[in-house]
Amino acid sequence: MSQFYTANDHFVLLPGLLLAFFGCAILLLDFFLYKEPGQKRNLVYWVLLALGFEGYALYNQCMATDAGARAISAFHGALVIDGFSHFFNVLLLVTAVVVTLISYKYLEIEDEHHGEYYGLILLAQSGMFFLASGTELVTMFIGLELMAVTFYVLVGFLRTDKRSNEAAMKYLILGAFSSGFLLYGFSIFYGLSGSTRLTDIAAALATRDPWDPMVFLAIATVSVGLLFKISAAPFHMWAPDTYEGAPTCVTAFLAVGSKAASFAFLLRIFLGPLAHSREAWEPILIWAAVLSLTVGNLAALSQTNIKRLLAYSSVSHAGYILLGLVAGNETGLKGVLVYILVYTFMNLGTFLVVIVLRRKGIIGENIDDLAGLMQKSPVAAIVMLIFMLSLSGIPPTAGFIGKYYIFQALIETQHYYLAAAGALYVAVAVYYYFGIIKSMFTAEPTESAPLSWSLGMRLALAIAFVFTLGIGIYPEPFLQLAGQSLLR
Amino acid sequence: MNTPSLSLILFTPIIGLIVMLFLPASQKTLVKVWANIVAMAGFLVSLPLAMQFDKSNGGMQFVESWDWIPSLGVKYNIGVDGISLLLVMLATVTGVVATLSSWSAVDDRLKSYYSMLLLLQTGMIGVFLALDFFLFYVFWELVLVPMYFLIGVWGGPKRLYAAIKFFLYTLAGSVLMLLGILTLYFQHGAQFGVYTFEIAELMKLDLPLYLQQLIFWSFFIGFAIKVPMFPFHTWLPDAHTEAPTAGSVILAAVLLKMGTYGFIRFSLPLLPKASADQTIVQIIAALSIIGILYGALVSLMQQDWKKLVAYSSVSHLGFCTLGIFSLTPNGIAGSVIQQLNHGISTGMLFLVVGVAYERRHTREIKEYGGLAHVMPNFAKVFCFAVLSSAAMPLLNGFVGEFTILQGAYEANPIWVAFAVPGVVFGAAYLLWLYQRTMLGQITVSSNLHLPDLKIREWLVFAPFIAWALWIGIYPKPYFEVLEKPVAKIVERVKPGYYNAPPPAAAPKAEAHQ
Repeated sequence: MSQFYTANDHFVLLPGLLLAFFGCAILLLDFFLYKEPGQKRNLVYWVLLALGFEGYALYNQCMATDAGARAISAFHGALVIDGFSHFFNVLLLVTAVVVTLISYKYLEIEDEHHGEYYGLILLAQSGMFFLASGTELVTMFIGLELMAVTFYVLVGFLRTDKRSNEAAMKYLILGAFSSGFLLYGFSIFYGLSGSTRLTDIAAALATRDPWDPMVFLAIATVSVGLLFKISAAPFHMWAPDTYEGAPTCVTAFLAVGSKAASFAFLLRIFLGPLAHSREAWEPILIWAAVLSLTVGNLAALSQTNIKRLLAYSSVSHAGYILLGLVAGNETGLKGVLVYILVYTFMNLGTFLVVIVLRRKGIIGENIDDLAGLMQKSPVAAIVMLIFMLSLSGIPPTAGFIGKYYIFQALIETQHYYLAAAGALYVAVAVYYYFGIIKSMFTAEPTESAPLSWSLGMRLALAIAFVFTLGIGIYPEPFLQLAGQSLLR
Repeated sequence: MNTPSLSLILFTPIIGLIVMLFLPASQKTLVKVWANIVAMAGFLVSLPLAMQFDKSNGGMQFVESWDWIPSLGVKYNIGVDGISLLLVMLATVTGVVATLSSWSAVDDRLKSYYSMLLLLQTGMIGVFLALDFFLFYVFWELVLVPMYFLIGVWGGPKRLYAAIKFFLYTLAGSVLMLLGILTLYFQHGAQFGVYTFEIAELMKLDLPLYLQQLIFWSFFIGFAIKVPMFPFHTWLPDAHTEAPTAGSVILAAVLLKMGTYGFIRFSLPLLPKASADQTIVQIIAALSIIGILYGALVSLMQQDWKKLVAYSSVSHLGFCTLGIFSLTPNGIAGSVIQQLNHGISTGMLFLVVGVAYERRHTREIKEYGGLAHVMPNFAKVFCFAVLSSAAMPLLNGFVGEFTILQGAYEANPIWVAFAVPGVVFGAAYLLWLYQRTMLGQITVSSNLHLPDLKIREWLVFAPFIAWALWIGIYPKPYFEVLEKPVAKIVERVKPGYYNAPPPAAAPKAEAHQ
């Protein structure tokens, strides 16, 4: 029993533990200390403090593993810190900081500034930590559910808004379904291997034929569950409604944080236990990727609501990331990480601009609401232009580097048709992203209410902008980072 | 100044742009003056390049090379040879002309407008300087964005449609080109174990014919859309017609050359077997000839002054691609000179349209007529532009077209038989345009009191007029600059061309002196 909770275990667990602790603490602080609506802003400092502690714990972990060169595992192989977990944890940390910075003003405008919001953000963040660092099915599933359940609440956070309620309900029901599928697959994994540790399952599956019906059933059900979480077609149905109905800052967190964490989960499963069954799951992912590109890009063409448009665009981005996994060589996996990195910053940035447009009495979510942004706020317009170019994949922005890596991997592994399809969908995507650009730069403004800037907003926008342009102009350090963070 | 720095030429517009961002938007004159200063500076820093260029050296000169993205093998590698030298000079001169021509034509959102012009300038120069395929691609795409805005914000009534059409067309072509580039990249990695985008390195590749053909077509789509070759030309009339004058001038003079330059710099030397493949050569020659004749015939039918000039570009660029795929020294050298000429002549024609448009705000040909009576100087300049574009001897167009036809004859006399009517049609639509707009009686009363050219407008035309005369009367330096690099390309596409018993290894330059 002395082995139950060792110092090593504590060291590995610490970031997740801190987040959960502060998450709960904030709920109490909100109740006892900051009762008045005007005091709620103080909670932002607590969240930043919690994230600061998490960052320090992550930094120590990073040092202990020589920046991810070695792995340290804990809890008998249930959690691990390695380059891969560092990559995702740091990315998720930055995401959480940005989301916190943009939230308070938005929630005040919505008149829904409640303390539990910040507690939930930290709890979700804690769940994401377990997704990025977990190597055991039950641990990861609990992390996934912790994240998902907090998101069900966060999506419905605008409790007087019908759209928000509808979005939460849809997300909850479909999300529960997908979790069921996932668990079903996990139970088969357990049945086949007698263990829930990824390494044991991998060893058990390595001796089996990938087309073994049981193995295939596990692959199929796990794929359904995971594809749902990353909102890849044909399991993307929840995304447009949920993205549209959720408070925009939650949408940003959902589109970026939840997606990145789910991808971490997906990669751990597909490159861990299922690594030997590649021939069975590759066709599934190819179809999911091509379908995501098709559905995402074509459906986005006709959207007038920016959040819905971004939902469909995120479906297509999921398709590109999956293509990197399909290519599957080192370039491809590096491409997946680079793409997720790039996707995080450009998408966060886009949502930030949408949030700035939300003012008292103006919802600011339609493409028409961007009309004449260049005259109203040249800074916002130019920054948004860079994000749009990046989402379309035009150099010299980060988005180009992401897409470039995926294409490179596909060509290298001689998936020429997939590369050509992916390349042509870039041209389709440009059309709808440029619809936004067109509105900003060529249309006349329809109203003149000042944009809702806040200090946090400016900071967050600066972070997103610097990375989106910086990764495009000088990608080298980021590529090396991705290279060090591959799953080994 | 000792050795001219290519980076300086490349980034002067960007530096100017950054300074421009800090100028107050309300100070319109200040913004205009600053933009013109930067454009002029851009030209002046490129002058030493032409002065110190070593004609006897066929390789790349003034090369600068640094690591950019080492993990991908991407380098910031730039340099010039004779071919890119001429196009860079064309870009910097056109930059000055286009900026000056916008002085009174554009009054809305000046700061953004000039910023876009400057960004465009860097993009175009970068395309011609890049010796690394990745870098080339980045600049190639970079050009699209400012051009989109120039058309989409400051263009004519159908500007949004034209702008997105231009963007989508070109982008679709270039992403497919990117896949071809990547294939080359991996082939190089497979053969030499080194992953690089450097063009000089990629030229060492020995690829089987089918693979070369595959890559060739992927490049072809990218370049042919940009040129544009028939049947990929449909974006051009829209983009040209809707763009503001300066946009049209740059589009015609420099942007289209990116496509032909791509053929010369990449398709031919990197894929020599595919480029010399008879099927491919015949297809491209046929498309070029169709382009020449179709462009000319459609021009004859136009009611819109600017659209007429736009379609004439299709015809003239047809000559350029025909020259390139004659795969002879004359054809290729002629093609480069014709690219320069097309920039000068068509640039002038668009400026002429711009001058008329600024006064009358219509491009309908029938709204004009008899302008020579009220604007005699304008009529003279227009006449000069028409003659230069219609390839009158002693003017620039003649030198280019004649040399191309010479090269094409050497490759296949039948091509020439089909292409020559294009020259005739060219003269026909241009002279008829001149007659309808300039000669006869003034039929529309609002034309009675149009002011003639102002001094600024004279200054806008002056560089092109001087250059047209220079090339027309004394083209020798141009042929000398081109001789070595062109010989290198021909030697690569047709090994042993220069050692074979000469069927038509006629001295090139002497023919025109």
